[in-house]
Amino acid sequence: MSGETKGKLALYWAASCGGCEIAVLAINEKILDVAALFDIVFWPVAVDGKVRDVEKMPDGSIDVCLFNGAIRTSEQEYMAQLLRRKSKVLVAFGACSHEGGIPGLANANNRRQIFETAYHDTPSTDNASGVEPQPKTEVPEGSLHLPVFYDTVRTLDQTVPVDYYLPGCPPEADRIWDAITAIVEKKLPPPGSVIGPETTVCQECPRVRNEKKIKKFYRTWEIMPDSETCLLEQGLLCAGIATRAGCGAKCPQVNSPCIGCYGPNVGVHDAGARLMTALASVIDSNDPAEIDRIIREGIPDPVGSFYRFGLAASYLRRSKRGNGKAAETEPTAQAVH
Amino acid sequence: MSESDFKPKVVAFLCNWCSYTASDLAGTARIKYSPHARIIRVMCSGRVDPTFVLKAFAMGADGVMIAGCHPGDCHYIEQNYKTMRRHEMLRYLLERMGVESDRLRLVWASAAEGQYLAEAIDSFVAAVQKLGPLNWSANWEENGQRAEALEEIVHEHAEAMEVLP
Repeated sequence: MSGETKGKLALYWAASCGGCEIAVLAINEKILDVAALFDIVFWPVAVDGKVRDVEKMPDGSIDVCLFNGAIRTSEQEYMAQLLRRKSKVLVAFGACSHEGGIPGLANANNRRQIFETAYHDTPSTDNASGVEPQPKTEVPEGSLHLPVFYDTVRTLDQTVPVDYYLPGCPPEADRIWDAITAIVEKKLPPPGSVIGPETTVCQECPRVRNEKKIKKFYRTWEIMPDSETCLLEQGLLCAGIATRAGCGAKCPQVNSPCIGCYGPNVGVHDAGARLMTALASVIDSNDPAEIDRIIREGIPDPVGSFYRFGLAASYLRRSKRGNGKAAETEPTAQAVH
Repeated sequence: MSESDFKPKVVAFLCNWCSYTASDLAGTARIKYSPHARIIRVMCSGRVDPTFVLKAFAMGADGVMIAGCHPGDCHYIEQNYKTMRRHEMLRYLLERMGVESDRLRLVWASAAEGQYLAEAIDSFVAAVQKLGPLNWSANWEENGQRAEALEEIVHEHAEAMEVLP
């Protein structure tokens, strides 16, 4: 393929662990096909390039941008806006940009609480002078800036318009390749779609399912489940019933319940709510007190269990700001959406 | 805002066979009940997915009420038991999310209990009035220096671009 017809590809990460970057390489030798089809114009993890190089590109000059990670700081928000402007197709790549992911669980707290823990409370913290990161610090040479740390983690599409979503923590190599093929062959689904199957993990799970009736939820370390029967039937909180397929049900196949990284199935906004619906249906009790006991004993952390990856994208998005300890929040300079 | 000035938005999901019929009965019997409850008829209280409740709160409801047939009397055999379990599950989640769990109430009202349903709506509206506005979307607003910080990044980068060749 000649140089002029090559597409331009950018990859970027925001609030994420870096696993998505490695997942791109999990397509193995096919990465060479990607390199044959696309010039990689920006990929801080693998290719030397500066933000100002991107700023100099004409708007819409990047064909595809794979953006992983949630939006937690002002710098990440700026990069999301910049790459949105420069890209024809912006793909929310992986659970964090799609749904907030694990960083989104921080929405159960606020900035104040996170700073208290990270800079003061942990036993290993040695911070006698109580230093905390400041967005602006004056030094004799001028002023130094750090990105502003937000109270609430947002998904990519709560920040800028997104064309496609590739779910998963991280997305499976086959799904990544499906997406790349769809882009190259121009066989993309309608904009706004999640690229992946429109069914749930149960569909891909080989375990035997009977009627579910649960008297007690177990945590994964409490029982050794048998490897044939549905994990939920055995009392493990498996999120497969409310999670989009596409992963090949890898976790349940190795005796580990689904934790819901592929997000809600098509037509569902709030995966956690659907999971609650399904779990409540299979509890084997009609006595409110007993139901309450089964739920509270078996699910000590409902927010983390129902919304392990989807808290930022859920209807409520976060817990009440100022909930719990260290309730006071910083003075509001301006409240902006 | 004083308690009496606050007009709460309450969404009430009533099942077609019992509770909605009860509200109809209340209407034909000219029983007055609070106008702050917005009634939505559903075929069964079991149709009320937790999604509806969370969406209502996110969109500005101050309270949500679910009303269905008495346990054992469900038109669809046992769906109201599922509602009972979902209600417990939701209260537990709402508690942890910092929403007063009393903003959600489950009521059983048969088709003959128009008076009872009207009273239940009134007492729930009064309870929500006492709790005050929820105003959930205010939680999403960013504290502090967000807009300023973004502007500064743009400015800083623009300056750097001018200096560099």
